Amino acid sequence: MSAFTPPALPSDDKRWKIVNGTMRKNGFARYALIETLHTVQSSFGYLDDDAIRFVALSLRVPLSQAYGVATFYHYFSLKPPGKHTMTICLGTACYIKGSAKLMAEAETHLGIAQGETTKDKLIGLVQARCVGACSRAPVVVSDGEVAGEMTGEQVIEQLERWVAE
Amino acid sequence: MNIEELEQIAVNVRQENEKYDYEVNVCMDLACVSQGSDQLREALAKAAEASGKRVLVRRTGCMGPCSSGPLVRVDPEEVLYRRVKASDAGAIVASLGDEPVPSLQCDLREHFDRQMRVVLENAGHIDPEKIDDYIARDGYKALLKALTEMTPNDVIQLLTESELRGRGGAGYPTGLKWGTVAKAGSDLKYVVCNGDEGDPGAFMDRSVMEGDPHRVLEGMAIAAYAVGASKGYIYVRAEYPVAVDRLTTGLREARRKGFLGNNICNTHFSFDIEIRLGAGAFVCGEETALLASIEGRRGNPKPRPPYPALSGLWGKPTLINNVETLANIAPIVRKGSEWYSSMGVGRSKGTKVFALTGKIANTGLVEVPMGITLRQIIEGIGGGVPDGHSFKAVQTGGPSGGCIPNELLDLQVTYESLVQAGSIMGSGGMIVMDDTSCMVNVARFFIEFCMSESCGKCIPCRAGTAQMFTILTRICSGQGHMDDLDLLVDLCGTIKETSLCGLGQTAPNPVLSTLRYFRTEYVEHILNKRCPAGVCAIEAPVEVLA
Repeated sequence: MSAFTPPALPSDDKRWKIVNGTMRKNGFARYALIETLHTVQSSFGYLDDDAIRFVALSLRVPLSQAYGVATFYHYFSLKPPGKHTMTICLGTACYIKGSAKLMAEAETHLGIAQGETTKDKLIGLVQARCVGACSRAPVVVSDGEVAGEMTGEQVIEQLERWVAE
Repeated sequence: MNIEELEQIAVNVRQENEKYDYEVNVCMDLACVSQGSDQLREALAKAAEASGKRVLVRRTGCMGPCSSGPLVRVDPEEVLYRRVKASDAGAIVASLGDEPVPSLQCDLREHFDRQMRVVLENAGHIDPEKIDDYIARDGYKALLKALTEMTPNDVIQLLTESELRGRGGAGYPTGLKWGTVAKAGSDLKYVVCNGDEGDPGAFMDRSVMEGDPHRVLEGMAIAAYAVGASKGYIYVRAEYPVAVDRLTTGLREARRKGFLGNNICNTHFSFDIEIRLGAGAFVCGEETALLASIEGRRGNPKPRPPYPALSGLWGKPTLINNVETLANIAPIVRKGSEWYSSMGVGRSKGTKVFALTGKIANTGLVEVPMGITLRQIIEGIGGGVPDGHSFKAVQTGGPSGGCIPNELLDLQVTYESLVQAGSIMGSGGMIVMDDTSCMVNVARFFIEFCMSESCGKCIPCRAGTAQMFTILTRICSGQGHMDDLDLLVDLCGTIKETSLCGLGQTAPNPVLSTLRYFRTEYVEHILNKRCPAGVCAIEAPVEVLA
């Protein structure tokens, strides 16, 4: 059996080296697929076709399986994120405390539906299934910063702050 | 590492702490951090330095009553301050050695006195990133005891006698599960910690992993010794980055001290642990789906048998336990099975951690002895429903559980009684709803969740939940028929009986339990086109022809 040679990096973008590092750490084993896709997403912000193809070829995983995994898990995004991301938690505790209304207000204000990004690529609006801060429901995460007991006004204020920047 | 060295570390920590007259503990759990406890800790450290007093400012895991956060506890006086701002730091430090600051002090004795802390005994008392803090509170003593004084069989016997049952929700006897894996013949076995807390509205496991990570690692190492495993995985949600950080630090420190790796504590036992990240799929809390995910594949469940205990990860015998189950192991080994089984009632022994959320005064994390009544938890510890509203239902078990009404509040919390009431123990989410919640809308919310989280492998779950969602949406919008209720019950039965895994088998529970206790709300939506709680948007009543 001839030794397997992993494919060349897609470009000289340094982030590919980080991705390759994750695979090397796991000995290019197939089970490293999810770990590697996590690294791609944290480095590039999302998974594009080139990235999925590169990872699949490197790990000798069928393209269909790699795409299957990338689309099965909610955490992976196939679209580039906006400059800012607002995540509104729709877990049970947040829902009971009215987070669906917050989502509706944000959607109306931005003119997009959840899961979409504004046309100018400035703000992405996503829902979370629970961020684990249930005691402070309803919870909104703005660019990674968790804020609890949020109101509609505070959501709009945050969105406007990003626009004004 | 032997017992003398372990004791020496504890002595060193105590001597180090004695250099300080006061310990100021700052809760750094997510809920408190989201209210600025990070800046608060810095301000306290600065104020302490400037004051010239001998003060240790320590960051800790979750103290419990999150609704009063950010929380600060001053030891040894055990004064608890709530809603502390960075600007209060000066006043708190100035008060040390004098009367406490009255405007910030809170009296939550009633809240704490009714609790019983086993799993959470260290949270709020140790710096989760310092292994020595953990050792000073008897950490890793249980592992050492198991390795040097007990055979693997002794450990399993002890657990069987403790009557500990799985805290992930189903309540399978832990000793029995360990015994099955131990008996399975294989050169390679695995221990997997299920930290994929996908149940929305629950955060017990997150708080344990973040607040006391070594508790979980020690439990896993003892489990590995008992069943003969050499490799472990912790499967954590990617949504919990802090838990991942704390566990990573914990693993590094535990290896350095020789509690993980080759020849642990100079014995023949070798075991190491890796972290695997989940990627946002509720179904991965199901054990066979979780294993598929660790193997890098889609989280599709497999029919059982074979059970993972015999054929799990890469076909090898695998022990899978929930975070809270593993966090119970060390104290049981340390203090014995009689101590543990003296807590609780009937076949539900020990304690259970609940995440108390929703329309309740004291939201947060509580740990109570099994057998306590729901009323004691909600009205006593939780402080009841605030803002003059009235209690309507408490939801346990997340999307797999049910809603329990007012008339059953005196129900004792045990695995069996909750199932009888149409819910389940679940992993520990407890969401309180008041008169502003519409139970049909809540049922629809859960079915929507299960519909979108169904992996799609088997038809009853994939298509059945979608049909239920359509019917519930119809009822919520005032377009339902009375026949729909029978259809719902019928669908619930089919999905329960014929789904492959736990997700589908339990998905109908929220609908069945609300139909059982709140049928009038369904009927009100259908016949009178009215949502009693005013949640559902129903168009003005229209005349329906015959």
